Formats: sequence, structure tokens, C-alpha cells
Amino acid sequence: MGERADKLKKVKLRTPVSDEDLAALEIGSVVFLDGLIYTARERVYEKILNDGETPPVDFKELSNVNFHCAPAAAQNDDGSYNVGAVTATASFRFAKYLKRWFAETGARVIIGKGGMSQKHYNELFVPVGAVYLTTVGYGTGALLGRGIKNVRAVNWLDELGIAQAMWILELENFGPLLVESDIHGNSLFERNNAEINERVESLYEGLKPPALRRFGETRDKTEELI
Amino acid sequence: MIKADAIEQAAGKIMSNAAIDIPEDYLSGIRAMIDTEQGDLSAFVLEAMLENWQAASEDRRPMCADSGLPRYYVKSGNEARVEGGYVELEHRLRRATAQATHDIPLRPNRVHPLSRQDNNNNVGMNAPEIEYSFEPDADWIDITTVHKGGLFGTDYRMLFPGDGIDGIKRFFLDVLFAFGKRGLACQPAIVGVGLGGSKDTCMMLGKQAACLRTVGSRHPDAQVAKLEDELQELGNRTGLGAMGFKGTSTVVSCNIEVGYTHTGGMPMSVHCFCLSSRRATARLHSDGSVAYRTDPQWFTPYLRRNSVDWDGGAGAVAGAAE
Repeated sequence: MGERADKLKKVKLRTPVSDEDLAALEIGSVVFLDGLIYTARERVYEKILNDGETPPVDFKELSNVNFHCAPAAAQNDDGSYNVGAVTATASFRFAKYLKRWFAETGARVIIGKGGMSQKHYNELFVPVGAVYLTTVGYGTGALLGRGIKNVRAVNWLDELGIAQAMWILELENFGPLLVESDIHGNSLFERNNAEINERVESLYEGLKPPALRRFGETRDKTEELI
Repeated sequence: MIKADAIEQAAGKIMSNAAIDIPEDYLSGIRAMIDTEQGDLSAFVLEAMLENWQAASEDRRPMCADSGLPRYYVKSGNEARVEGGYVELEHRLRRATAQATHDIPLRPNRVHPLSRQDNNNNVGMNAPEIEYSFEPDADWIDITTVHKGGLFGTDYRMLFPGDGIDGIKRFFLDVLFAFGKRGLACQPAIVGVGLGGSKDTCMMLGKQAACLRTVGSRHPDAQVAKLEDELQELGNRTGLGAMGFKGTSTVVSCNIEVGYTHTGGMPMSVHCFCLSSRRATARLHSDGSVAYRTDPQWFTPYLRRNSVDWDGGAGAVAGAAE
């Protein structure tokens, strides 16, 4: 890590992440993970939560860390997997599944891209003491790929394809990740957005309004639009 | 004669170079941004990216797992002859794409838009795109591949002459704020702007400006070059840094391309390339030699010509040289 990273707190976590470790996480800290995690996104959520399919593993035994991910991977001729780079996919689309997912699987850590809204942290994450870890940059695919020591299993590969299948991954020093939300629902993105929002208006100051506005930019039904 | 096998081999090589090796001009641009970045989180993200690019090169693994939409740009010398013609060239580029998807590996991102059916090789109807341009007095062909993300960071708007520079700045800010929060534009990025042309040309020029020009390059038309500087400076004053954290790193370079447009309009497109800026070029000569580079050299004086007759570049647009 470079010198600017030295200003940030570093944390090493092992899965399943204990309640004590979850409680101690502070937003803006840099996390590296060891242990087992699984990937699950819309198609896996649909299968288990809506189609009622039996999960291929006992999540409560396996891990409490759910990664919103689609790896750049290929299957070798001998059936093993070549995982090159790994990056996350944007998580806000999956909010609607998470209440039941937390309840039924015991998941307490979501790893993804972009975080969730404050509303979702308050309503979904805080009640169960869950946290959100964001991948960095979007992404450090090669560094995260290095952190995958082994592919333990791939479930529903033929049916769902590489991107949507459920990958069970063994990690060693997997990171960097940033703590985006803590168990109290504090959010790094929300804090930064609030600071940036304060200066938005000033940047538009002195710029004349558009000659014609677009549909959606005004609610005046009589105005000429493009 | 340029051999079909050589085309397929070179295409495979640039697919891998683009996915794995960060272009030198972009790397230098990011290094310079770290030096001036005041936001610790934004600076941390950029340092992590430097480390990521090093890991990618050392391990020969892709920089990013989202392989975007891999595509090609072919510039053909007017005197170049291709074995099997351009039908064979396109066949070889499709084969190279499928093979590279398995070998590198890339993520098989391309699916049918409705059925979501995936051929698992980044090939399908109208995919990969292959765009062409030509170059006088040359017997080589340049093949460039670009792997650009597909979801966020691009928008189009029809502006009008009365909107002027204010309108251009306003729409530029609109796009950066719309996509820059939470870092969905994968900034800091090379931001391409298309100005003028017909609507599709406007989109095409902006995308090519983002993906086929290097950091720090400037348009030869002095008035366009001045606007490039102004928009770059404006973009870095938004308060948005890497990943949308507070900072000054959003626009590594603003590259504008212009096309003559309808007298009543001023269409504008904005395209954010990404933190991995994946591009690579091969030049195949007729003697069988191949040279690899990261600057596509797409916008030649011939491509930007402003006259009826081509005079060899003597009458090219005056101003700051690229």
C-alpha cells in the first residue's frame, strides 16, 4: 500500500465474521479478508427466495459473507477453474432481497460496489447488525483475484452461467476493501455525497439556462421541450 | 499482402494487452493526480489502482473483471491488401475475440438484450463492433481494441447554438454529477466529448475521443483545445474524486472531437472511459512485421480533413499540434 493508505486504519478479518469484529468496524477502514465467502446476486436470490429451491449449502455453517460479484473466469479442460480478475457489481439493485436473505442465511457482511442508500442501511442492515464493505476503485480486479486461494465449488454454473452462478471461494488476504457502512448505519458514501452536494449549485452559477429543457427537467406541461 | 493468420494472432495479442497492461500515458496521468489530490480516501483509491495494475502485469491477469464490451477499430492504409479481404478480416477478429475470452480469461459479457442468452465468447449479433477508417499513402493496417465498460458514464443531448459554451459546460457538469457519485463512472477517467455531427456521429466522435486519444493530447483546432483545458479544469472542481469520495480527481484528460453539424443545432455527447482505460493497438505491415503500441493514433490529419480535396495535410487545421 502507498503512503496515503498509511493514514487509513487497517483491519484483518476472518470469516465467519464475529459479532464483536462487526461491532468494531469503523467506516473508512481498510479491510483484508481470510476464509470462505460465497457470491450471490439476482439469479441466486430468485432461485432460493422466490422459487423455493433448496440451497446447495448450509449458509449458517459456510459463511456470513455475501459477495455481489461476477468473476472473469473460465473452466479448464480438467474441470478446474481459472479465475483471473474479480470485481464487484453494483449492489443497490439487490436491496429488495436482503431482508429475507439476512434472516434466512445469517449473512452479516455484504461486499459489493457502490454501497446502498441510507434508507436501506436503516431498514435492512441496522436491525440485524450487518455491515457493507465496498471494493476499491472499481476495480482492483487483479489484487482481488490474487486473494482467491481456491474455488471450493461453483453451484448452478450450467444453468446460470459464469456471471450469475454461486461461487464458493477460499480467501487469503483478500482486499483491499473499505468499510462503507458500520452496524449503526453510518455510511462513507452518504457522508461524502452530502459534502459534495453542498457545492453543486456554485458550479452552475453564472451559466445561463438551456435554450430548451428536456422532458423531466420541468413539471410545467405547457413548456416547449426537446 | 497482410496474412489472415497474422491478423488473428495480432488481434489475440492486443485483446490480452488491453485487458492486462495499463497504457503508459494514462498511468502517468494518474501518478500526477495522486500528487495533487487532497482527499485521503480518493488518494488511497488511486494508490490501490497503481498496485492493482502492477499485480495485473506481474500475474498476467486482467486489471478488471468487468471486461466491458470488447470491440475493434481498424484503420486501413489505402494501399493495404488483406488476405481474403475484409470479410476474412472480420471473421478473424471474431475468432480472436472468442479465443481471448477463454484464454485470458475475459468475462463473457455479451448477451441478447431480451432473452439474455449468452454465447459465452463475447461474440454475437453486431458484436464485437468493428469500425473503420482509412489512411492515404500507407500499406499497413492498424487494429485497435478497446474494452470499455457498458453501463454508466455516457449521455447525449441536443444543444442549440444559443446555448454556447455555457450550455456545453452545464451538460458536462450534469453528466459528471449524474454518474460520478459513488464512483459509478469509474473515475478518474479520460472524458471524451463529441460536439456536432449528426446525432450518431456525435456519439461516435465522443466515444472515440475518450477511447482512442491519449492523456494530454490536444485537438489541433486552438478553440477546441482551449475548451478541452477548460472542461478538464471544471470537471476537477466538482468536488468528486475517485469512487465519488471528496477530492479533485475526476477528469484525467478531456478530449473533444468535432464534426460539422446542422446549422440550427449543437449536439453534444459525453463519455467517461474508466480507471482501467483498456486499449491496445497493433500495426501489421505488408512485409509480415507487427508493431504493438498503446496510442491508437486514430485521429490523423486525414481523418480530420476540412476540405473537398486531400492535399496531403498542408491545409490541415492550424493551432496547437497534438
